[in-house]
Amino acid sequence: MSEEDGDHHSSEATSTNSLSGSHPPDQVLETVLESVLQFLTCRRDRNAASLVCRSWHRAEAFTRSELFIGNCYSVSPARAFARFSKVRSIYIKGRPRFADFNLMPHNWGAHFRPWVSAMARAYPWLEKVYLKRISLTNDDLALLADSFHQFKELELVFCEGFGTRGLSKVAYNCRQLRVLDLSDTEVTDDNVDWISCFPEDETCLESLVFDCMENDINFDALERLVARSPLLKKLRLNRYASMRQLYQLLLRAPQLTHLGTGSFGLIENIQNLDDNQECNYYYSAFAACTSLVCLSGFKDVMPVYLPSIHPVCANLTSLNFSYTNINPQQFRSVIVHCHKLQTLWILDSVCDEGLQAASETCKDLRELRVFPVDADEDIEGPVSEVGLQAISEGCRKLQSILYFCQRMTNEAVIAMSRNCPDLLVFRLCIMGRRQPDSVTGKPMDEGFGAIVKNCQKLTRLAVSGLLTDKAFWYIGQYGKLVRTLSVAFAGDSDMGLRYVLEGCPRLQKLEIRDSPFGDAALHAGAHRYYNMRFLWMSSCRVSRQGCEEIARSMPRLVVELVRYDGEEGSFMEGDSNSFTVLYAYRSLEPPRNDAPESVTIL
Amino acid sequence: MDMLCHRNIDLEATELRLGLPGTSERPITTPRGNKRPLDDFMEGSSTEDGDHLECPSAAPPSKAQIVGWPPIRSYRKNSLQQKKLGNQAETTTRVYVKVSMDGAPYLRKMDLSIYKGYRQLLIALEDMFKFTIGEYSEREGYKGSEYAPTYEDKDGDWMLVGDVPWEMFACSCKRLRIMKGSEARGLTCCL
Repeated sequence: MSEEDGDHHSSEATSTNSLSGSHPPDQVLETVLESVLQFLTCRRDRNAASLVCRSWHRAEAFTRSELFIGNCYSVSPARAFARFSKVRSIYIKGRPRFADFNLMPHNWGAHFRPWVSAMARAYPWLEKVYLKRISLTNDDLALLADSFHQFKELELVFCEGFGTRGLSKVAYNCRQLRVLDLSDTEVTDDNVDWISCFPEDETCLESLVFDCMENDINFDALERLVARSPLLKKLRLNRYASMRQLYQLLLRAPQLTHLGTGSFGLIENIQNLDDNQECNYYYSAFAACTSLVCLSGFKDVMPVYLPSIHPVCANLTSLNFSYTNINPQQFRSVIVHCHKLQTLWILDSVCDEGLQAASETCKDLRELRVFPVDADEDIEGPVSEVGLQAISEGCRKLQSILYFCQRMTNEAVIAMSRNCPDLLVFRLCIMGRRQPDSVTGKPMDEGFGAIVKNCQKLTRLAVSGLLTDKAFWYIGQYGKLVRTLSVAFAGDSDMGLRYVLEGCPRLQKLEIRDSPFGDAALHAGAHRYYNMRFLWMSSCRVSRQGCEEIARSMPRLVVELVRYDGEEGSFMEGDSNSFTVLYAYRSLEPPRNDAPESVTIL
Repeated sequence: MDMLCHRNIDLEATELRLGLPGTSERPITTPRGNKRPLDDFMEGSSTEDGDHLECPSAAPPSKAQIVGWPPIRSYRKNSLQQKKLGNQAETTTRVYVKVSMDGAPYLRKMDLSIYKGYRQLLIALEDMFKFTIGEYSEREGYKGSEYAPTYEDKDGDWMLVGDVPWEMFACSCKRLRIMKGSEARGLTCCL
């Protein structure tokens, strides 16, 4: 990460598109460079280009329109915006992922306020904001809505802290809004009818996603909104949307490509018809949606209505049944039509049988996620190594898998590593902690070893089950492209962590919980931390002293120690030397001053 | 420092079990001995602090729920919790009650078992009869409209909808009546 240079401003002032002979040759060159760099979109390519020389650094900074901040505390808004002056869209990520699982206090940080205040001054032409795991308030949204007159897209993923009042400001003020997407985001009910706040004339809305919202909305207003949004392609309703409401919306918007069906079960009987006749109405509504490729929702499904989606199954590339507790037969009756499916999210209620059915039909499957109905350890699970094996045999193009199960064998994992060599993401969660191969009783080392060895494009790995240091040796030895690694209840000694830190040159994000890695391993990886986005270690064996040493020897590394009792949901009293979480990240800034009481920054 | 991690293996070597000598196979049943949470002897655990070499007790603790494990977000967990209860309800019989509205020419029938709370019921009633119910408050009943939803309970008394917990209402409701005009106001005045 290079520092700013003083020449930056003078070159900017003279950079124009004119190629007249009166301009010195390097400025001409810089102008040409800028014109070329406009076409470079991938941020990694841009980062590389900016390191060539100062002139390229300047030109690249001047032409970067999409700014990606992977950790909101790694750089300050002032510094980022001083370098990049022409940004039109900004991505900001905040909390680390393990914070989603109750391991960090809710007020830990990652606030939008400093960013939006700075953006309001620096980028009045801003068009797009994408936030992940960020806390934002109604005032922040109001500021956003007031400051950016060309604002077009707002996407909030795993965010919280605001309510319907903030949404209403965005709906009302952002007249060119195309995208308003709230995914897995908590929205408080401020008792404001935000749907009615959209402009009365035709809107530019292309995407409206609010399937995570736990509050009811004004359906009549929504129906009118959909009717006056001819460009609407993506609509995801929340679970309060009934079948009839869905039906009415489908009649209004048959051009939809992405649909979240809401409850798909809540019924107010249409004209007192029986279930089968109602189904015919829904069937014809779906049949009219010839562009539908992505289906989700089904949050309270009445299985008797499932046949009504059959007309669209043949075109579906993405199906999300992960809130849909249906049995294998009900699932089979749907999946058997889905030949083009590439993304499938389901609950394990479909059992190995359902996975078998999917493997027989979905030959083009790229991404599979299997979530548990019962997130408990110690129970007989409905999916197992049998389902995994079936998927590996039927879906050879698989690139990404997340699989929760109660039992697994090395054999099935090895089979997957051989059958699906294109895997980029392999996340296996055997829910019983430290559980061995359910047939041989051996550790799961060989299975994960085969994955890193045979899937040479692998960039993301999550391990589970009984694992010795051997598994980590495999990862260090073969996982040369791994960027993200998640570890829980695994390993024997410091050597495990050392193998990974010394062997994986591309490692960016390392999250570890409840594993026996201590200070020696922490120190062994010191040469890596400036090249990583973050290191997370909770309930491991690192000591405060070990953390202090690292913090002392690495001034650009922010080392946070968190004391949080996830079960009580509160800050832990007691010995200030004890902590539950070590969260360390590189940063160009001095340590933040917005940390709560439970966080100590070394 | 490695004393604690190897403890499990030591125990295994001295374990009595049936099998040929020299077999290294673990017993097939999930060995609970491995599932001892390491929190007990990690620096910074909520129960102990300081000395992380302290030895754990011999018997592993029973399966306590560990925070954040398995790694499922609470939103998803909560949705599925509701679903499980919902599925149990699916096997219960439907509860149809007659619904009358003052001034309407004929009665309707509604299945109470499909609703999970007053909110859904009131929305459905509003929808069915095309009217608006006012704001409910414990003190004043339904303010803001000339309608009041009432029901006949098991004792034959006419009660205002919304006073008792939903489950209690769903069990004791025999029929519904949307009162209108002065009668409705009379009811709210009494409260």
